[in-house]
Amino acid sequence: MMDGGSFVTPDGRTIGDVLMEVRNITLRFGGVVAIKDISFDIREGEIRAIIGPNGAGKSSMLNVINGFYHPQDGEIWFRGAKRGPMKPHAIAHQGIARTFQNIALFKGMSTLDNIMTGRFTKMRVPWWQQAIWTGPAEREEVENREIVEKIIDFLEIQAIRKTPVGRLPYGLQKRVELGRALAAEPKLLLLDEPMAGMNVEEKEDMSRFILDVNDEFGTTIALIEHDMGVVMDISDRVVVLDYGQKIGDGTPDEVRGNQDVIDAYLGVAHD
Amino acid sequence: MPDAHSAGQLDTFPKLLARNAKMFGARPAYRVKEFGIWRSWSWAEAEEMISAFAKGLVLLGLNPGDHVAIIGRNRPELYSAMVSIQMAGGIPVPVYQDSVAEEMAYVLDHCGARMVIAEDQEQVDKVAEIGDKLPGLEHVIYLDPRGLRKYDHSTMHPFAEVEAKGRAEGDAADIARRCAEQGPDTTCVMLYTSGTTGRPKGVVLSNRNIVETSKASAEFDHLVGTDSVLAYLPMAWVGDFIFSMGQAYWTGFCVACPESEMTMQHDLREIGPTYFFAPPRFFEGLLTSVMIRMEDAGQIKKRIFDHFMGFAKEWGPQILDGKAVPGGKKLWYKLGGLLVYGPLKNTLGLTRVRVGYTAGEAIGPEIFDFYRSLGINLKQLYGQTEASVFITQQPDGEVRADTVGVQSPGVEIRIGENGEVYYRSPGTFVEYYKNPESTASTKDPEGWVATGDAGFIEPETGHLRIIDRAKDVGKMADGAMFAPKYVENKLKFYPDILEAVVFGAGREMCTAFINIDLLAVGNWAERNNIAYASYQELAGHPQVLATIADHVAEVNESVAGDEMLSGCQIHRFLVLHKQLDADDGELTRTQKVRRRIIEEKYSDLISALYEGSDRISTETEVTYEDGRKGSIKATLEIRDAVVVETGHKVAAE
Repeated sequence: MMDGGSFVTPDGRTIGDVLMEVRNITLRFGGVVAIKDISFDIREGEIRAIIGPNGAGKSSMLNVINGFYHPQDGEIWFRGAKRGPMKPHAIAHQGIARTFQNIALFKGMSTLDNIMTGRFTKMRVPWWQQAIWTGPAEREEVENREIVEKIIDFLEIQAIRKTPVGRLPYGLQKRVELGRALAAEPKLLLLDEPMAGMNVEEKEDMSRFILDVNDEFGTTIALIEHDMGVVMDISDRVVVLDYGQKIGDGTPDEVRGNQDVIDAYLGVAHD
Repeated sequence: MPDAHSAGQLDTFPKLLARNAKMFGARPAYRVKEFGIWRSWSWAEAEEMISAFAKGLVLLGLNPGDHVAIIGRNRPELYSAMVSIQMAGGIPVPVYQDSVAEEMAYVLDHCGARMVIAEDQEQVDKVAEIGDKLPGLEHVIYLDPRGLRKYDHSTMHPFAEVEAKGRAEGDAADIARRCAEQGPDTTCVMLYTSGTTGRPKGVVLSNRNIVETSKASAEFDHLVGTDSVLAYLPMAWVGDFIFSMGQAYWTGFCVACPESEMTMQHDLREIGPTYFFAPPRFFEGLLTSVMIRMEDAGQIKKRIFDHFMGFAKEWGPQILDGKAVPGGKKLWYKLGGLLVYGPLKNTLGLTRVRVGYTAGEAIGPEIFDFYRSLGINLKQLYGQTEASVFITQQPDGEVRADTVGVQSPGVEIRIGENGEVYYRSPGTFVEYYKNPESTASTKDPEGWVATGDAGFIEPETGHLRIIDRAKDVGKMADGAMFAPKYVENKLKFYPDILEAVVFGAGREMCTAFINIDLLAVGNWAERNNIAYASYQELAGHPQVLATIADHVAEVNESVAGDEMLSGCQIHRFLVLHKQLDADDGELTRTQKVRRRIIEEKYSDLISALYEGSDRISTETEVTYEDGRKGSIKATLEIRDAVVVETGHKVAAE
């Protein structure tokens, strides 16, 4: 495995040092062990996929990274420092943003306003100044709006800027949610099944956007995905989970050739 | 026009640009919405940018007479790049940006483009795909760098870099020399015809063609520097070149570019252009969406709308034409303006339109009257690429739905023996590029050009009326006149019907293919709780077929009223299982029906229409946007339509 130092991907991107490392994570809900002694790392600039069959512990893993669940055992290292127990919003301030499997947008608010909420962690002006719309508050709003507009342009959703997201089709809502996560200018972007429930065209679009985000902003991305084709196409390295345990870790080709992975995830071949 | 247009001086775009930068330097030349905000370039800024980019092109090795293709949607940079190319002595060749790679290969190869200016990754990818078929292509310049960082940059250059390099290292004297060498006979632009038949042809238009036409047409409609347009039609289309380049440079008005294709309607509302052009399809679509929204509106709103629209239909056009109208009616119309017409025009973005044009195809009279009754000065013009657009147009106060107007200034018209319309004008094209045979067969030595359309001049008014494409007008088996477009246009007035293709030449009766409008029919289905999973299913729904049958019956009644064409009533029809599409070659890129191709492709359906069967199973090949092919299977139901008996007898089946 690629221990230490940076490496170059086949398509010419340089993957940097370890950005996040999870060490020997175990997560239990009562008697149920959701994640058992899992370790892996996420390197700066890479697209890292976490795959596995239903109930393998993928979403739990994402929730651990995100700070929503607190593991009973194990350590999480982020940007070279060990992370203590933290609330999700504090983790968001550290530069970790995410999207959700079941879209979690404000349905009644416009696309623009939804993405604007992603800027929350970057707002410095105290609430009372924002309420009376003083100079600094206005300036800050303009700055944030500029960043949001760049994201809208990037995701090609200009036409729905003012549309309440509840009225948008599913694929576009997913895109808006990605926009909101991007608005936080995250160091690490977590995507929980970004392509679930999409048609082929929407999947292609979303893949394109994920690759472009990684390429243009250099954002490190960790994603959970069911669609094996997509995962193999866009990720640099893949972690495979099964029943809460790690059974494979490596490049898509390595994982594809790993017999445990083939048996567990892709099914055992019958003679 | 002012004295600044002294004759002989302003005969090329670079010269017009210099004049504009000097005379209206601070006025906006271009506007574009980016990142949610309208940005603008003044004429002075535009000139600086254009000459910097021109110098950059020269540094890349552009020589006088070279062709440079422009591929992308309407953007100020691409418009100004065309003038940069001209400054460097080159010939801009705008290409339809939705062309698939194969079509693009033909055009780029035919014109021998040495450079391509592409808008974004999508276009760069297409050019790269066909790169090995284009040995003459040396450089690709791109506007939007997104996603292109990892591409091989040995022959690729970002737009901004070429511009910056030209600004820093370029030779201004060389540019000045190149500009000075150009005159009215220098080629201004080469535009490829959309090609309803066969391969596209490269129409060479000289500076004289474009500048003279722009001048004459701007004067005809009293266009001035404070007018504004929204540039949203394909840059490769001659109309856009005249409106957004020719007339804009001649009069110095501002060209606004929408944020994206999808936001056009919204941007239209924000810009509120005073001069507006749209094909009939656009006006049809807009009317359909208005009607759908009114269907969903509350009772009171709907009744107010219906009342005032009915009133406007009766009196609006007369008020617009300045005819004498009883005072009470005028007052009531004003009230309507306050309650309905004003807000509606505002929503549509047409409040400020002073001159509106539609052309390309005939527009349904009801659609035309709808806009005119709202007080929008919508007029028709008739033209083609080979004429630098204008052949005829309607003067203010002489606007009718069934004519295309009188000769544009400087244009001569004559009708050939077979009824075909011929014209001769200062805008008449120089030649088809590398195609002397077609040039000779289209333009005779005296300069008369055959339009390919059949028509006649009304003796009383001098207005030209177009019947149909000359080659489409035919005779039915019994010798009655067959003009398919006449009937198709009547059908297309119904919001439910997007497109119709009528057959009947040499046959004993007329039949039709119908395309439903998914927007309108889908909305109707939603309101009536009709479940459907796909376009195909909706198109084959019995209730949809019944509705279409009613429409066809109404059209037949109206067609029967015209003695000459009463034989064109539709006896049988079917609703197509797929939408006719330019990607499948069924429509041109300008969305005109390609009759021959449809006849060939759906020959099984046509024979079923004439054989008398009730249903037909078929399989159709479709092309996806990325060029892949697939096929869809369907069983279509064929319906008989109610026909009005006239003196014209239908041969027994």
